[in-house]
Amino acid sequence: MHKVTTRTRASTVAGLAAVALVVLGLVLPAFASRSLIQDLFFILTMLTLAQLWNLIAGYGGMVSVGQQAFVGIGAYAMFAGVILWGWDPVPAILLGGVAAFLLAIPMAFFAFRLQGAYFAIGTWVIAEVTRLLVAQWKTLGGGTGTSLPREATSDIIGVAAIAELFGIRDAAARDILAYWLALALAVGTMAAIYALLRSRTGLALAAVRDNDNAARSVGVDAQRVKWLVFLSAATMTGLVGALIYVQTARISPDAAFSVTNWTAYVIFIAVIGGIGRLEGPILGVLVFWGLQTAFADYGSWYLLALGLLAIVTMLFAPRGLWGLIADRWGIALFPIQRRLILEGARNG
Amino acid sequence: MLSHASLPHAGGRMGRGGILPLCEVVAMIWLDVLVQGILLGGLYALFAAGLSLVFGIMRLVNLAHGDLIVFAAFLILVTVNLLGLNPFLSALIAAPVMFALGWALQRFVLNRVVGKDILPPLLITFGLSVALQNGMLEVFSADSQRIRAGALESASINLGVVTIGTLPLLTFGSAVLAIFILNRIFYTTAIGRAFRATSDDPVTASLMGINPRGVFAMATGLAMVIVTLAALYLGMRANFDPSIGPARLIYAFEAVIIGGLGSLWGTLAGGAIIGIAQTVGAQINPEWQILAGHLAFLAVLIIRPRGLFPRAVD
Amino acid sequence: MTPILETRGLTAAYGQFKALFGIDLAVSPGECVAIIGANGAGKTTLMRSITGVLRNDPGMVLHRGEPIGDLPADQVMQRGIAMVPEGRKLFPSLSVEENLLIGGQVRRGGGRWSLDTIYQLFPILKDRRHSPGTALSGGQQQMVAIGRALMSNPELLLCDEVSLGLAPVVIRDIYAALPAIREAGAAVVIVEQDIARALSVADRVYCLMEGRVTLHAPAAEISREAIHAAYFGEPT
Ligand SMILES: Nc1ncnc2c1ncn2[C@@H]1O[C@H](COP(=O)(O)OP(=O)(O)O)[C@@H](O)[C@H]1O
Ligand SMILES: [Mg+2]
Repeated sequence: MHKVTTRTRASTVAGLAAVALVVLGLVLPAFASRSLIQDLFFILTMLTLAQLWNLIAGYGGMVSVGQQAFVGIGAYAMFAGVILWGWDPVPAILLGGVAAFLLAIPMAFFAFRLQGAYFAIGTWVIAEVTRLLVAQWKTLGGGTGTSLPREATSDIIGVAAIAELFGIRDAAARDILAYWLALALAVGTMAAIYALLRSRTGLALAAVRDNDNAARSVGVDAQRVKWLVFLSAATMTGLVGALIYVQTARISPDAAFSVTNWTAYVIFIAVIGGIGRLEGPILGVLVFWGLQTAFADYGSWYLLALGLLAIVTMLFAPRGLWGLIADRWGIALFPIQRRLILEGARNG
Repeated sequence: MLSHASLPHAGGRMGRGGILPLCEVVAMIWLDVLVQGILLGGLYALFAAGLSLVFGIMRLVNLAHGDLIVFAAFLILVTVNLLGLNPFLSALIAAPVMFALGWALQRFVLNRVVGKDILPPLLITFGLSVALQNGMLEVFSADSQRIRAGALESASINLGVVTIGTLPLLTFGSAVLAIFILNRIFYTTAIGRAFRATSDDPVTASLMGINPRGVFAMATGLAMVIVTLAALYLGMRANFDPSIGPARLIYAFEAVIIGGLGSLWGTLAGGAIIGIAQTVGAQINPEWQILAGHLAFLAVLIIRPRGLFPRAVD
Repeated sequence: MTPILETRGLTAAYGQFKALFGIDLAVSPGECVAIIGANGAGKTTLMRSITGVLRNDPGMVLHRGEPIGDLPADQVMQRGIAMVPEGRKLFPSLSVEENLLIGGQVRRGGGRWSLDTIYQLFPILKDRRHSPGTALSGGQQQMVAIGRALMSNPELLLCDEVSLGLAPVVIRDIYAALPAIREAGAAVVIVEQDIARALSVADRVYCLMEGRVTLHAPAAEISREAIHAAYFGEPT
């Protein structure tokens, strides 16, 4: 007797711990300080972006340097919904997802004709083009940008209820709402990626990354898988971008389409933590946040440190910090490798 | 900005020569736009030549290329300020420093990751890009800088139909000369032969007694010499600050791809196409300058994904 | 007399897969040694290990008694061990003449071989010297590959399956160059699947099977039966 499983003991423990963590995350605002909630918002949104980049690059082999296009277009679509059509900011976040999806279609159509380095630069150029076009959008502030109107931010759905529930002011309640949404996006994204990787499509994705032609020859429709992954990651990235700017409430093309903020740091988070594994970005984002907090008083030195850390990681631990941990202790919290277990001969 | 408004020249001539037919004025404006675009393309070709060389030999994209140009510009600036030298002499001093830097970067860092997988070199140079930008920000501040070139900055040559800035002309001439020399090195010298052989097949090249790692290091060093030249003109022609590197990288890469992998003259043509697209865009609406360049690049890529003059097969 | 080349317990692996299990082999100055064996026996792996494309423990490969097993390929070549790789491997970006010149980039002085003498050995190459190397016929490409290796005036020339994929007449033309090469003083190692051909030109023969030497004898003393046994692994 035998069966194929992806479960490990660590993963069972991790699964329970994850559920506990999510519950804890949900009730956290009841006793956490406002600044902790803000930090967690930052951590969760960066984590989600890193997971999404990891999905397309780490698992799918599509090294995009243009993720800022989706963050930016998502944020601007949300702003358009609020300012032009009078939507409430929270439902307007969905517009961000839609806009990113719509942008991703021509982008994929174009970029999928390119390979490797061409793909990377191609996606970057399209992001730049999007930024320059959006900067022409005068009703949303053109090149200098604009802010969410006070009326729109003052009565966001649910904020009043939260304020009442915790007995706090509106501004703090807004942070909590944004935090919950970020938590939902992060958990949803990771659950979806985990499910995807364990599915048949996940196997196909691995085959595509390792060898396009070989994958095709065993009947995997490489192109379809790539489209699926690219479009879903873009849509989610657009949602995250919109959410970030609901919280920021002020937008400009340079900030919303910043390659450094929304792609470089995100890539470093994935690299330092470990590319091609779900645990990687979790660890990576904590390192990023730790560096940022520890060196907050020393200007941009921490960014220099971050860049160098990414280089060192790539040179000496190409599978990231989590790779080191996994090699050392053989832990996998989110196992996706299929392991064959022979009944009777099962001893560990 | 880098584009030169052309209306004043045409207007001035109209004043002198009396009333010209409208269509002639329009034709002259566009001729001027074209010439300025080509000259601007010379600067982009200089940005691109080093990238083209390295990309052509080892398929390695250095995402820090633009930041290295800015770094070289600061190096020249510091030399000018400290030693009171003329910018051209300062560049002569900066060039070997940059060569050594490129050589060491390749030898000790990038050689460890060149290979089939493009992800590691891409990520490492991305890390270098962010590290360089923030390092320069801390050391030199975010202020705009310029390498002072005295009278050369405003000098121009009146060719009757169009007026050409001496500095843009010098830039273009330097680009042509640099590419000519690079081509000679590539196609007529022993090291150039080693470049091509290593690019074809590093393992077989090593069977010929060539050390591929040494060849790669030489190539990156050489690319950094051209980066210094690019930095010289970048710094003399416009303001620069630590944040402008990535945009130069994009122009450079666009020129390389438009020209076709491994073709240095193609890179010059690619630079000219971006330059013309930008000046034409700027002529229509100043805010469209950069956008027009990118759109020209995307258009070429859609029509000819391997560029206009592809030489190597990748 | 110290051999030019010696391997002692040479092993090699591709990742987890072991390809060579302790090869002992020696080549004396001026000698011609043939290495035969079926497809996949490990002949090319042996050549790669000797030339430094695959690195080993230092003492597994000796050049004139000095350990070179851990040297990179370029340094092995600079010691006078040149290789004609399997599949010719001409540089497509280089013309015929440039392919030859790059072989002579690290020349050891005082040898017989130069562009002129290579063109004397293979006159057809002179007419085609400006064509891209890869535009030539298979036989001509093989001549370029041999010429390219000779250009450094090696004291040991390794030839990996020079007759692979070539018509019999062409093979004959190529082997016709062998006496001149040996006359110029080089020891030669020939990897061949054509046993008769190998026996007719070599002084000694090694037969490889599944990464081991299964037969080693002077060419003149080998029987068909012994070869068959060494080649296919079972006595007939
Ligand atoms: N690059 C490689 N990676 C993995 N295995 C290889 C590689 N090259 C050869 N092999 C394996 O090593 C063994 C010996 O191959 P090789 O030396 O090429 O044999 P020969 O030259 O005698 O035909 C074969 O089983 C072959 O499949
Ligand atoms: Mg073989």
